[in-house]
Amino acid sequence: MNELIEFISNNLQIIYIVILSIFVGVEIIKSIPAVLHTPLMSGANALSGVVIVGAILVMLHSNPTDYVALVLGFIAVVLGVLNVVGGFAVTNRMLDMFKKKK
Amino acid sequence: MSIILSIIYLIATVTFIVGLKKLGHPDTAKSGNLIAAGGMGLAIVGTIFVHDLEVPTLIYVLIGVAILVGSIIGGLIAVKVEMTKMPELVSLFNGFGGASAALIGIVEFGNADIKAASASIVSTILSAIIIGAITFSGSLIAWGKLNGSVKSVIKIPQYNIVNNLFIIAIVALGAYVVVGNIDSQILLYLLLVGGLVYGILFVLPIGGADMPVVISLLNSLTGIAAAITGVLYNNMVMLVGGILVGSAGIILTVAMCKAMNRTLASVIFGSFTASGSVEGVN
Repeated sequence: MNELIEFISNNLQIIYIVILSIFVGVEIIKSIPAVLHTPLMSGANALSGVVIVGAILVMLHSNPTDYVALVLGFIAVVLGVLNVVGGFAVTNRMLDMFKKKK
Repeated sequence: MSIILSIIYLIATVTFIVGLKKLGHPDTAKSGNLIAAGGMGLAIVGTIFVHDLEVPTLIYVLIGVAILVGSIIGGLIAVKVEMTKMPELVSLFNGFGGASAALIGIVEFGNADIKAASASIVSTILSAIIIGAITFSGSLIAWGKLNGSVKSVIKIPQYNIVNNLFIIAIVALGAYVVVGNIDSQILLYLLLVGGLVYGILFVLPIGGADMPVVISLLNSLTGIAAAITGVLYNNMVMLVGGILVGSAGIILTVAMCKAMNRTLASVIFGSFTASGSVEGVN
């Protein structure tokens, strides 16, 4: 129990941000027309590629002789970029199609 | 962290919120996507160049090559693929994001002094690995189902019970590592494999028609994995971006279910009842 209280007091700022972000996320997605479901999913998918920032941090912090960390970090960056670039590009194409239909 | 980088992250975070908001309206959707993409680019460039670390040139070159390779492959796939294959592509890209989070977790497990680390750090690292692994394998199965390489619904007897016991076992093993501060590579890889297997078990029994909902759910999970990694680095753009995707993704998943006249539970547990039964609905 003490550990839990300690955890909360150490991470209070993060807990606030998480809770407020949850509400923001819920509010901005409310009442979306069904035609936009797939593009929105795709756009959100591209945003989850923000994990690339962490992958870059891994590489920046790793020791040039630590090959395991370098290789894993390298792959993580490639995968993260795939998620970001592919995600936004696909969303853009979907929305192009959407416009032509109208 | 330099204050300039913090401001860059702040701007990027705002573009994510504005972009996501604009994506929800037909007239502004396209500009929303571009705004979010711009913010992401800003965050990436800022992370690479704005810091006070001493980084050898080799590392910069490697990062540059990685980004170039990923951009070319990702861009080419996204432009070349037929329109009808878009949903499965989203799933594939989402899986890559999850894999990235899992890899970060593995590296950080190696870097951290696990024996001395606090419970919150160890649990953060392990959650990133497990959730990342689940979204990776789950998304690959969803991708395979949509493109036809994973055929039909594969039913394991009593799969709901099997799945639940499996995830409980993973969480219990994770908790054991956290509480005991156990610095074991074997347990680490056991958890990784456990996450991968669970992702497969989770998606395999769900029918192909429900895949968009599952992809949306997995996408939401990737967001949570990104947010967890953000906690690890105390990085606000990852934290807020990830949570936004996580919460927006859940709401979107529920909305997609509603559009199909289904409930989320019936999608996930729907095939629990024997084929033909409608008990799962409502």
